[in-house]
Amino acid sequence: MPEVAVVGFAQSPAVRRTSASGNGVELLVPLFQQVYLDTGLSKQDIGFWCSGSSDYLAGRAFSFVSAVDAIGAFPPISESHVEMDAAWALYEAWVRLKLGEVDVALVYGFGKSSAGELRRVLALQLDPYLMTPLWPDSVSIAGLQARLGMAQGRWSERAMAEVAARSRADARDNPEAQLIGTPTIEELLDQPYLADPLRAHDCAPISDGAAVVVLAAGDRARELCPRPAWITGLEHRIDSGQLGARDLTAVPSAVAAARAAGSDGVQVAELHAPFTHQEILLRQQLGLDEARINPSGGVLAGNPMFAAGLARIGLAARHIHTGTADRVLAHATSGPCLQQNLVCVMGGED
Amino acid sequence: MAQLAAVLGTGQTHHAAKRLDVSMAGLCREAVDRALIDAGVELADIDAIVLGKAPDLFEGVMMPELHLADALGATGKPLLRVHTAGSVGGSTAVVAASLVQAGIHRRVLAVAFEKQSESNAMWALSVPTPFVMPVHAGAGGYFAPHVRAYIRRAGAPEHIGALVAVKDRRNGARNPHAHLRQPDITLESVQASPMLWDPIRYDETCPSSDGAAAIVLGDETAARAAPGNVAWVHATAMRTEPTSFAGRDQVNPRAGQEAAAALWRQAGITDPLRQVDVAEIYVPFSWFEPMWLENLGFAEAGQGWKLTEAGETELAGRLPVNPSGGVLSTNPIGASGLLRFAEAARQVQGRAGAHQVEGARTAVGHAYGGGSQFFALWVVGADRPGD
Repeated sequence: MPEVAVVGFAQSPAVRRTSASGNGVELLVPLFQQVYLDTGLSKQDIGFWCSGSSDYLAGRAFSFVSAVDAIGAFPPISESHVEMDAAWALYEAWVRLKLGEVDVALVYGFGKSSAGELRRVLALQLDPYLMTPLWPDSVSIAGLQARLGMAQGRWSERAMAEVAARSRADARDNPEAQLIGTPTIEELLDQPYLADPLRAHDCAPISDGAAVVVLAAGDRARELCPRPAWITGLEHRIDSGQLGARDLTAVPSAVAAARAAGSDGVQVAELHAPFTHQEILLRQQLGLDEARINPSGGVLAGNPMFAAGLARIGLAARHIHTGTADRVLAHATSGPCLQQNLVCVMGGED
Repeated sequence: MAQLAAVLGTGQTHHAAKRLDVSMAGLCREAVDRALIDAGVELADIDAIVLGKAPDLFEGVMMPELHLADALGATGKPLLRVHTAGSVGGSTAVVAASLVQAGIHRRVLAVAFEKQSESNAMWALSVPTPFVMPVHAGAGGYFAPHVRAYIRRAGAPEHIGALVAVKDRRNGARNPHAHLRQPDITLESVQASPMLWDPIRYDETCPSSDGAAAIVLGDETAARAAPGNVAWVHATAMRTEPTSFAGRDQVNPRAGQEAAAALWRQAGITDPLRQVDVAEIYVPFSWFEPMWLENLGFAEAGQGWKLTEAGETELAGRLPVNPSGGVLSTNPIGASGLLRFAEAARQVQGRAGAHQVEGARTAVGHAYGGGSQFFALWVVGADRPGD
């Protein structure tokens, strides 16, 4: 079974609104050019393509079909698509590379949240018979989770504001970030509630954007990248979709994925936490006390839906590529209140 | 591939235009429970689930696998949601097989469904988007020009499509799960049905169905533990090309040709017509039978209709095509591809009941989607690869 590594990564700047179409082509073409330039690969070298996106985000059926136009997919290509964050597309591509039939795969994700009203669109992910008719929006549901944790003494509004402040400060070094700055905790806590106890800074911004990751197997990875980020563990799990049937202050799927992926001793963790309290929850549940969390600013500094999870993997891999860490963890999530979770642990060879 | 994979069991729902008796969860579970029983396993034995379905707008639910996690038995396990347009049912099986072949899981459950009565597929296909050709006439209006081009190019007689419709609907009458069961359909009755999208008549089109299909795949150890015959996966292939570009051949798309070539190479098949015993091919409009026979390499270009006309694709013919009744008899869109893959497996397992092809040992499952641009295929066999 060949070892597989992240050897290339590019992401578009996260912005509140692009004029790009919902099918992602305009966002993706420059990113493909970037990873080709960085790795020396060309379209013909890619043995498998896999993408993640959402029709509901684009407001139309088959949005991923037009995205194929960004590739220039003729002669025909070997390709697949998940209606999930592209971190799960990376999982499918990783499996394909493990099979040993191809040695390079390109994974992409894109999302144009500005095409609709995101917090209402995401209400359509709930049980359509019993929940969606009530239209509980995604921010309000996260607010219930935050309130539960506060009632248990797991976090406070101040601790949440500290996460937001740290994220925006760290994001100053991230050229793709949407929100940067150095607010004081008092300034943040003076802001009004958006969905009690969540304030605007507790919620990831609404972003348009895309991300691309190149995977390669074995010696091919060593040819393409001076220090490949070898995937030593890649696992994902899902929890119940019934919000009343699970403890919202626990994330058993993330814990199980991290345990199976072998998360001990990671130096850097890029967590996909769209709300400040969810970063605290994940840190507590995954036992990441020793790791530097979200040096990129995390998704609180820019959250392109269906690409943000994949971007966590690319951002974490960069620490291996540049030698600033030897062992890193990336996390991706999907669904309300951290329902579905993926953990990718990567390491350097030397 | 690193490990062998086999189909341990399959299940499907009763299919109907409106399954008002079940929710989406109930629909999926009907297929899942039957597949588990057929495979002789329980949900606890399943390591991962792969769910496929066509666009979320077909039910009006965004990523329904999230709320279906409990019903699918996925809670606490890995769950992947595949969406590759109409080919998705096939892709779902291919992805599930790859999880076993890569040695990651021992048993994987592939599930695909569509509950079209929850919404309106014609509406979902007709959302206006800038710079994209609208498909307001539905899939039939989109594909009718391709069919017309095929008829002209191949010089095919006009009744070939009706012959396919008669065969598939009569086959469907032998399949207790089929949505449309029309044992008394005739060439004359098909030709007398209204013209919907010239040259496609009403009786030459697929129905709109609520339904689900499920397959349990396992590795060699799991296959040995299975109570009955298994269907070994001999080859899988997926290929994609863009919807439209200058010079594109929509009648005989290159992505389909290359997917088939890769499939035959992997399965060690040099003469598909001779070596394949039965084919479940995605035929939503009757004329796609001869078109795909050519695209898959069962016949030379322009010759596929001759196999159909000679009765070679009937149940007792040289290459029985869609003995289950196919998409023309049952079409829960996202599940239609997985139904093809499952029916291919049932044939080599000898479990196809009244539509069993005598002595079938090698079978093909096929699905396509988008504007004839996504292709997913597998070859399954009664014999273990290498034996």
